[in-house]
Amino acid sequence: MMRVLLLALRRLAASLPTLFVLLAGLFLLLQLAPGDTVDALVAQIGGGDPRMIEELRQYYGLDVSVAVQLGRYVWRLLQLDLGFSAIYGKPVSEVILERLPATLLLMGSALSFAFAAGMALGVLAARRVNRWPDTLISTLGLVFYATPSFWFGLMGIVIFAVKLGWLPAGGLEEIGAGYTGLRRVADIAWHLLLPTLTLALIFLATYLRIMRASMLEVMNLDFVRTARAKGLSPRRVITGHVLRNALLPMVTLVGLQAGTMLGGSVVVESVFALPGLGRLAYEAVVQRDLNTLLGIVFVSALLVILINFIVDLLYARLDPRIVT
Amino acid sequence: MDALKRLVRSPTAIVGLFLLLLVVGMALIAPVLFQKDPLGLAGRPLQWPFTNARFWLGTDTTGRDIAAQVFHGARVSLLIGIVATLLAVTIGVVIGAIAGYYGGIVDDVLMRITEAFQTLPNFLLLLVLVAVFGSDIKTVTIAIGLVSWPAAARLTRAEFLSLRSREFVQACRTLGMRDLQIIFREILPNALPPVIVYASVIMAVAILLESALAFLNLSDPNIPSWGNLIGAGRSVLRTQWYVSAIPGMAILLTVLSVSLVGQGLNDALNPRLRRR
Repeated sequence: MMRVLLLALRRLAASLPTLFVLLAGLFLLLQLAPGDTVDALVAQIGGGDPRMIEELRQYYGLDVSVAVQLGRYVWRLLQLDLGFSAIYGKPVSEVILERLPATLLLMGSALSFAFAAGMALGVLAARRVNRWPDTLISTLGLVFYATPSFWFGLMGIVIFAVKLGWLPAGGLEEIGAGYTGLRRVADIAWHLLLPTLTLALIFLATYLRIMRASMLEVMNLDFVRTARAKGLSPRRVITGHVLRNALLPMVTLVGLQAGTMLGGSVVVESVFALPGLGRLAYEAVVQRDLNTLLGIVFVSALLVILINFIVDLLYARLDPRIVT
Repeated sequence: MDALKRLVRSPTAIVGLFLLLLVVGMALIAPVLFQKDPLGLAGRPLQWPFTNARFWLGTDTTGRDIAAQVFHGARVSLLIGIVATLLAVTIGVVIGAIAGYYGGIVDDVLMRITEAFQTLPNFLLLLVLVAVFGSDIKTVTIAIGLVSWPAAARLTRAEFLSLRSREFVQACRTLGMRDLQIIFREILPNALPPVIVYASVIMAVAILLESALAFLNLSDPNIPSWGNLIGAGRSVLRTQWYVSAIPGMAILLTVLSVSLVGQGLNDALNPRLRRR
């Protein structure tokens, strides 16, 4: 276990330079943006005189050269200080922390659902390969993959919220209901059902495709033939021998798609009016709140790196050969 | 030729090609069928489909013809998809080829950059690019291409790694060919098939990315994009849901056709994998 941890930690350390290259690149990129935070702020309050604008620039540290700003920025990042959001009037880290739980909840539940359902459907398709259940599942997977998630979400709202009235149309919980404890948990789960399905849809398609291919690959290997030859039932062969090996590419995929899922939550959170990180990113773009946008990029990159770290650990746990 | 024969025999490819031809056909006849500006006022707003013979798919919130927008939208989606894909594949192939061929420190540096792009969610990067450079159609297309190349680069690099020490490459070196000649004239044609198959995935994602951006009102508002129309229909979703439903179907069919053709190509180029 120690060696696994060391291995994963080494990969983690290797991703740090990447992270700083990324942030420096983005910071310089944002310098090209027409208008800065102060412009946005002044536009919001309906104009101001040049002296006040100058003072504001000084206050937000925008009056010095780009190189100095970048230096200051990296130095602040090292202290985990993400700066101040002029639009929200509080530190960026505070704004992001407020929005993070909703996104993590959404991503976590969507990921679990996509993984579990993708695995089940992939196994089902692989066991009936090239017959109608396989064709049906594979076709369904292709259709899911081609569906724009925001459109699926909107149609879900039309059917389940507007026509049938079974599910809420948006929001994270009933505002002002004042639920506490378990009642509140149930309420949030109720609100997250449709968003979770929406976000999980595209990933479900990928997972079931990979699971099917990997099952077929493993089922042709010698040790599976041995397991069959010694008289194990098909069910036991699958659960005891094939599944664990076939899961390896699935676990890799979780790491690879962590970023895509974060990107997808921007759209899904906007559709369902969820107060999450993705919607914050959208609002930051619209309001030209570049500090917040950079902060979100930083936190997202951290999140992706963290998920990949966990995936590395999990991978080594599933496949003991990794360590040696 | 064999591959082509297998392609036309696979049912996936047939369905995909049929759907793709349909979308391409829509794009081609759009200016003939709907000569007026698809974003111009056409009639009374919010007419349901099939209630008025002049607007058989109805009109949207501001009285624009939905059918005209859907047909013209096919042009926009295909154009953005093709241009962004060409851009992404070009960047990816060049970076992947150079990294794979030279190896060593060049490879290290290029792969670090590729990783940096892959660490960042591509939709988020797209938002940043749009926030910085604005959102007219050209910028959006280029931005989509810029966020879509890393996978193509990795694929090309892997192919180059396995091809660069083959005999025919060594023979080229012995003949005194220049590196660039070996990379682009000799190795690249052998490395390209998997990249071309992958291009269908890039194109499918590119179309989805543009529609998502347009849905969020962050793409060019002055073009008849399917995503724009879905976004516009959102305000009347509860009652006139067809405004959003119809363009969504168009996106679904287009992306599905591209994916099906891609899968058919994949099967045709790797016959070994097909019967499993």
